[in-house]
Amino acid sequence: MASEDSTVISLVEKASKGDRRSVGRLLTLVERGGSAAEQVAEVTHNLSDKSHVIGITGAPGAGKSTLTASLARDLATSEYKPAVLAVDPSSPLTGGAILGDRVRMEEASEAGAFIRSMATRGHAGGLALAVPGMVRVFDAFGFNPIIIETVGVGQVEVDVASAADTVVVVVTSGWGDAVQANKAGLLEIADLFVVNKADRPGASDARRDLELMIDLSQLTGQTIRRPEIVMTTATEGEGLDEFKKAISEHREFLFEEEQISVRRAKRWKAEVSSRLDYLISEIVKESIENLEEKEGSSPGSVAREIAKNLLKKDELR
Amino acid sequence: MNKKENSPIRVVLAKLGLDGHDRGLKVVARMLRDAGMEVVYLGLRQTTEMIVTAVEQEDADAVGISMHNAGHLTLAPRMVQALEDAGLDVPVVVGGIVPDSDLEAMAEAGVAGVLGPGASAEDVAKCVREAVATRGE
Ligand code: B12
Ligand SMILES: Nc1nc2c(ncn2[C@@H]2O[C@H](COP(=O)(O)OP(=O)(O)OP(=O)(O)O)[C@@H](O)[C@H]2O)c(=O)[nH]1
Ligand SMILES: [Mg+2]
Repeated sequence: MASEDSTVISLVEKASKGDRRSVGRLLTLVERGGSAAEQVAEVTHNLSDKSHVIGITGAPGAGKSTLTASLARDLATSEYKPAVLAVDPSSPLTGGAILGDRVRMEEASEAGAFIRSMATRGHAGGLALAVPGMVRVFDAFGFNPIIIETVGVGQVEVDVASAADTVVVVVTSGWGDAVQANKAGLLEIADLFVVNKADRPGASDARRDLELMIDLSQLTGQTIRRPEIVMTTATEGEGLDEFKKAISEHREFLFEEEQISVRRAKRWKAEVSSRLDYLISEIVKESIENLEEKEGSSPGSVAREIAKNLLKKDELR
Repeated sequence: MNKKENSPIRVVLAKLGLDGHDRGLKVVARMLRDAGMEVVYLGLRQTTEMIVTAVEQEDADAVGISMHNAGHLTLAPRMVQALEDAGLDVPVVVGGIVPDSDLEAMAEAGVAGVLGPGASAEDVAKCVREAVATRGE
């Protein structure tokens, strides 16, 4: 569409001159998907991959927003131009959402950080489908670092691992009692652990617990680099310097050891995979929408028949 | 602007100044979520500047302000003006304690809709939807 085309071009032009509203509009276009999103993707693809992407994940209420906010504020007051993408869950029933992370990010916003809230819009895994594309918009227009706050996650929602360069897992004292299986998933993705709410009893137990688990995983050779553990009291700003230092050390490790290209190649594949999943799930939805039960045909045979026809399809929306 | 029909309306919700009545705002946030909208919740003690910044970065379709401390005749017009000055074509809806005698002044100031105590979930969703629909007219 011609008009859409010129909209994207003029938004990109303004955004590259530092107009934040245009950045906001471009983020919306990417979030909505469709042809405009594709156009934005084409433009931003070649401009991006310059910024450091930090993912912050952990259980609901662990202190992700508070930590993200203090980090972003701190970065914005020094020489950086940080952006935050804060993800909250959409209601599966109504599709609506209450995006509440911004409440804790007032000071970061006033210091100059660009904060964007978003809903998962039906995507499982702790992030939304559009996250990588929106990260690229920030990246293309000079925001660095880019901090992604995931929804409060359990064990399986580890999408952030394939969306970020540095994955921070935030735990709190009660975590020591969590089941073993839960820990394994998070441990596999963590580049850095934060034990937040260090002002509360049990924080040092949580730390010891983590150390033990990391020891074990090192024995089995699961991790290339031993994840560091930082203790923080995010509400008081305590441990923030150590937190920042640990993040920049991880960044240095990535760039010095050539890990970054490995990660980004993985990230690229993961994005293709999640896009493919999405396309296929849409096609599946479409195919069964008007399906009527046929006497005597088993579900399996009907599915195979549909798949056969679909695979011949050469056009995708 | 062409809004793709399946993308939810995004609303920024806030209270201005020192007015501490946030119960209504929380209720409205739930109502709008249940109506399928995405609510960027800012909560208490916001300034018009903070709201303008949020609207820009969040690319919001509407601003909802809850007011209970008799400041609506100064604060609501100031909010509408701040958005206009920033070049943002985004409607403002207001809820809380607004006497009937002030409704005309609110409308003149450019407030797109006003609701009071007892407003139902349908009323609240409709108020926002209609405000968004008249956008850019
Ligand atoms: C509960 C309450 C409090 C609680 C607030 C708790 C909280 N965290 O919210 C407390 C005890 C703290 C309190 C304190 C005060 N209060 Co008081 N309070 C009330 C009371 C009884 C109910 C308000 C309420 O929560 N209603 C329930 C919610 C769900 O209803 P609602 O807010 O009206 O919201 C609905 C609609 O208005 C609409 N809506 C609301 N916001 C929005 C936003 C949008 C975008 C939309 C679309 C719709 C919408 O939809 C909602 C759902 O139906 C009212 C009286 C009343 N009947 O309203 C007085 C009242 C608001 N308070 C009043 C006063 C004077 C005070 C104090 C100054 C008292 C004092 N002298 O200390 C203090 C001020 C505190 C402060 N810092 O601001 C006056 C205000 C007078 C005025 N504006 O002219 C009222 C009207 C009482 C009265 N009749 O005098 N209060
Ligand atoms: N005591 C204490 N409380 C904290 C600390 N950090 C955060 N909190 C509080 O914990 C609560 C949750 O903090 P958030 O930062 O919103 O946590 P979150 O992980 O972003 O939460 P969700 O996004 O809802 O999953 C808030 O009430 C914070 O004030 C801390 O170090 N110590
Ligand atoms: Mg949060």
